[in-house]
Amino acid sequence: MHHWTKYVRVVEILRIVCLLQASVVYETFLTDAHLRFEANLATFYRIRKDSPALNLYFPRESLKPHSRQESSSKSAFRDHCETLYTRSAGAWRDAGLSGLLNEIANSSAEVPKWLGVSSSCVLALLRWVSSFHSSLFPHLTLSSEEMTAEFSQVLDWSDCAVRGFAWHPHTQKCAVALSDDSIKIYNPKSATTPTLKHRLQRSVAALQWKPLCASALAVACHNCLLVWHVDPTSLSTRPSSGCAQVLSHPGHSPVTSVAWSPNGPLLVSASPRDTALLVWDVAVESCVPLHRVGGGGVTYLSWSPDGSRVLAATPSSLFRVWETRMWTCERWPSLKGRCQSGCWSPDGSRLLFTVQGETVIYALTFTDNPGVPLMMSGGPKAATVVADLSETTLNTPDGDIMVGGEIQSLAWDPRGERLAVHVKGDAGAGRPAMIAVFKTQISPAFKLLPCGFVQGEAGTEPRLMQFNPNYQHGAQLTVCWSNGKITHVPFCFMSAGNPQPGLGGSPSFPLTQGRPADYNNQTLYTELIS
Amino acid sequence: MSETACKHIILMSRSRMLLIMCCLLPECLSLLTSASAIFSFILLCGVVLMVGFFNLEYYTVVPSIACSKIALLGQVLHPRQFVHSLVHCIMGVVVAWCCAFTIGGRYRSLGHPCTQDESSSGPEMCLNEYHLVLLLAGAFIGYSHSLVGVVYNMNYVSFHTMQQYKYLRFKGALPLVVKASAVQALYCLRSFLLLYFFMGYAPRAWICKTLDLSINSSIHSLDSVSSLLDLSLLYHLWISGTFLLLTWYITVLLFRIFVTEVYSFPVQSTFTEDAHQCLPKVITGTQPMILKFLALQDLALLSQHSPSRRLEVFSLSQPGGHPHIWTALSKECLSLLSDLTERLVAHHDTVATNGRAKSQSTGSNKRSTTSSEGSVTSVGMEDMKTPRPSALIRTPGSVFLRSSVGAGLRTPLTTPFTPDLDSPFSSPALRRLTGPLEPQGALSPGFSSIQSPHVMRRGPKLWSASTDSQLNGSPPPSPGPAPSPSQAQLKPSFLVTFLQNRKDQVKNFLAKRMLIMYLFNKLPEASSQALFADSQVHIWALQGLSHLVAASFSEDQYGIVQTTLPTILSTLLLLQEAVDRHFKLPHTSSKPGHCSCSMGDDSYKTLRFALRSTLKTAVYRITATFGGHLHAVQMSAEHRKRLQHFLEYKE
Repeated sequence: MHHWTKYVRVVEILRIVCLLQASVVYETFLTDAHLRFEANLATFYRIRKDSPALNLYFPRESLKPHSRQESSSKSAFRDHCETLYTRSAGAWRDAGLSGLLNEIANSSAEVPKWLGVSSSCVLALLRWVSSFHSSLFPHLTLSSEEMTAEFSQVLDWSDCAVRGFAWHPHTQKCAVALSDDSIKIYNPKSATTPTLKHRLQRSVAALQWKPLCASALAVACHNCLLVWHVDPTSLSTRPSSGCAQVLSHPGHSPVTSVAWSPNGPLLVSASPRDTALLVWDVAVESCVPLHRVGGGGVTYLSWSPDGSRVLAATPSSLFRVWETRMWTCERWPSLKGRCQSGCWSPDGSRLLFTVQGETVIYALTFTDNPGVPLMMSGGPKAATVVADLSETTLNTPDGDIMVGGEIQSLAWDPRGERLAVHVKGDAGAGRPAMIAVFKTQISPAFKLLPCGFVQGEAGTEPRLMQFNPNYQHGAQLTVCWSNGKITHVPFCFMSAGNPQPGLGGSPSFPLTQGRPADYNNQTLYTELIS
Repeated sequence: MSETACKHIILMSRSRMLLIMCCLLPECLSLLTSASAIFSFILLCGVVLMVGFFNLEYYTVVPSIACSKIALLGQVLHPRQFVHSLVHCIMGVVVAWCCAFTIGGRYRSLGHPCTQDESSSGPEMCLNEYHLVLLLAGAFIGYSHSLVGVVYNMNYVSFHTMQQYKYLRFKGALPLVVKASAVQALYCLRSFLLLYFFMGYAPRAWICKTLDLSINSSIHSLDSVSSLLDLSLLYHLWISGTFLLLTWYITVLLFRIFVTEVYSFPVQSTFTEDAHQCLPKVITGTQPMILKFLALQDLALLSQHSPSRRLEVFSLSQPGGHPHIWTALSKECLSLLSDLTERLVAHHDTVATNGRAKSQSTGSNKRSTTSSEGSVTSVGMEDMKTPRPSALIRTPGSVFLRSSVGAGLRTPLTTPFTPDLDSPFSSPALRRLTGPLEPQGALSPGFSSIQSPHVMRRGPKLWSASTDSQLNGSPPPSPGPAPSPSQAQLKPSFLVTFLQNRKDQVKNFLAKRMLIMYLFNKLPEASSQALFADSQVHIWALQGLSHLVAASFSEDQYGIVQTTLPTILSTLLLLQEAVDRHFKLPHTSSKPGHCSCSMGDDSYKTLRFALRSTLKTAVYRITATFGGHLHAVQMSAEHRKRLQHFLEYKE
């Protein structure tokens, strides 16, 4: 492990000017720069012809967020002549036991004295207990919106015009969740862009397409999960809410993360208020809650691409790795903070994760023993630090810039060749949020070496990023910017390892397969092969 | 299925019963103070054992779904069910007696000494009504447990999509069981109190008469509003009802958990004497049903999770080099799937010819009443393999007469070779008459009217799986193979038309009576549920096949899967078409609805949705793995077009 800035100077800083078209990152390495550059230039125009532009722009002014505050609008319309019984029933329905007690305690004129006093006492007791509880788990004091903003993978979620983005795993199709609680689906091959709206689709925190399916899209909403079935052949631009399955479970709100199993019908969902991880069988709308003590909730989920493990982060300094054969879990306690983000290597053997308040990336390596409980499978005993992204100054032709800082999210491209790290930055200290890109190699040994930065137009910062799983010529990173633009940043390269079946690039490109030998000297992190 | 394996399974189940008992032991440990407490404890253990025995005896993996009210009534009034209800009634009384004994106080015994009036000399025995009420409540809850069990298919054992260890599954389900038993006890108590309020005098008088007890006139009798609203009494009734249901539900829960536990069958064995325990053999077997289910579950899991066992499936036999294992597995899966396709097509045709749709209820009614007699578990197999009349032909020569099997079936000449058709309809002449009149519903056996190529193709396959109907011993529920309608159309006899007219007349007459209509009217969705009642096997077959085919892309060294690929694809696409058509029928809802009834497992109601989704995923799994290579596979133009849709992700 070396400090990353030692080598960052080797790499040319690339400023990507985000026009409304695709741009290509030219990876100019010292050794094979010429070769690569020519090859990239040759393929550049082909790519531009191949992939229709899906550059989207959502100015914030065009999106009117809902000003639907439940309590405020209700008080405006409330008929105060309702009987106590009606009001109590309403309070019970809306806010449960505490609401009912509150209602009774507030209307002391209408109830017998003993009832009013006793309900005030019980209410006070409840508040005391819940304050004790939330002193254990401070996140429970947050409101639902704040909680979603806190635990979402999107940087500054509440301020964001684009709140979620999901590529379809098999086709060039994507879904964009906007701050007006609608979801738009873009398909370059079709002229219609369906807009999905639903009564329950509020404060969308995450969305994901179902693998091995053309139409199903899971959406994590305020107090339920929605699974939309958008018929790709339909010409309708406003699918009715009948196309959505509503999956809700008592106590499971707000939902902040969803993950489909890569090869099966299962969907897992997480809520910071619910200690259980829910495993849904979506077709039959049934769920199995997996309760474990500790953590106080589940914030972020990531299913490994081979389907064997699931990362489940909690709001406290603990995360779990579930094994999906028998659904047993491995606890990883005693972090410095909560696990903020994580991503799996394509073969599911490595997990990279980041911790809130730290500027390093950790790695866990799992030996592949499906079916054996994790505790016995000889899994990793400790996480290793693979990269340190603490603040540093780089002098570029444009002047010195500060980079580094806390990490918001991680993304690994589907071939395992590029790792994008979303660095939070600090506007006050002059460090903008940016995306650092690393080259990675998984086999025979895990290697990580710096590659470059992705920056937006002046004054914008990246909010959300995802790799396109269907990019033929390398990797393509889709970035949603703070000004509402969505751009795609392609990285053109030939796979160094064996091209995966069905995914491998076209062999007609005149690119060299060989990697320069002195790459090993430049690596930021190399695993020791013992 | 070989008998040793059956015995093995039964032995395993017995030992599980012992385990169940052990799990219930600690509950009562604190009460072990006196000899009478030990006695009541032994009684409770006996009850739990008995409940376990009944679970074992009555469980089924294919639910019997009543398509009309009358069918449900038939199920409830069936002798087998009567025995079940009676025994549970008695066991309810026993548990309630134990509860009364444990509570003590005023509930302790049935009689208590009292001085009725001053004139009589000495004390005499009076009836303790509190004790009686508790016993009657126990009996009522026991009976309602049995009744609710029939209505909500509590004997149905469902398999879970996600695997968990037994302890964790038990721990996860325990709170639900406690809640369910408390709520169910509350409902039962309400009904019981109403019943006792109106009818309470009858059992009281009867007990007094038989046991020569007198009624204490100084105490108010309990069938009045004021005395029934005694909070302490209600609480005791409720708590003992909850205890009763809790012990029984836990027994049911443990039984379900243990019986659905994943069992890993060996794919192949080195010794020939173990060959019958191997996956290819077990999967083609039919009895007991649970073994077939476990084998298919194992197939689905091995295809997904264990590369080493997949390699065994793709391996060749050592002398000869034949892919026996793959052939056996894929053949069985494909035959299951094409059976379902036929069933769906038949149902669709019935519904499409509008007038026949209603007559189906009688057909399914007949089926469900027959299904509850004999061995419940066996009937599902008969359903699944309904068009297997050739199973009864035991002449080995028929294997070689591949094409003539299908043709031979339709001639009455084959019937002399089917001596075990002892049903009243077995006479060929009568069958020819009744054949066209038989309602050709989804579950009615008149299937041979569908002359899809699968029936012909499956001829020899069916013969190979023919040994079960005699082992089973139960009469086949189907009235035998019906002759093809084409033949009937060729010879439209006078008798047929006469019978048809008579039937219509009777139908019209009955249709005017309200009660009859109520009883015979089809329950909504029931026919659709009944069609997919055993779809768990189809789901596993789809998962297993698609995962194996997808894995074969990189793991199959000898290319044995390639030879079957066209068949697999066409079977999947045919099924896809049939399922799509089924979901477009007017009476099938497109989304799973939910009724959260207490302990009854209603997952069979949503199996069709799971099947639909699994089917699509299975086709996508194959197309996503093979991609453009599928263009090289031979198939019909229509299927190619359909597959192209899948390749473009437009389904």
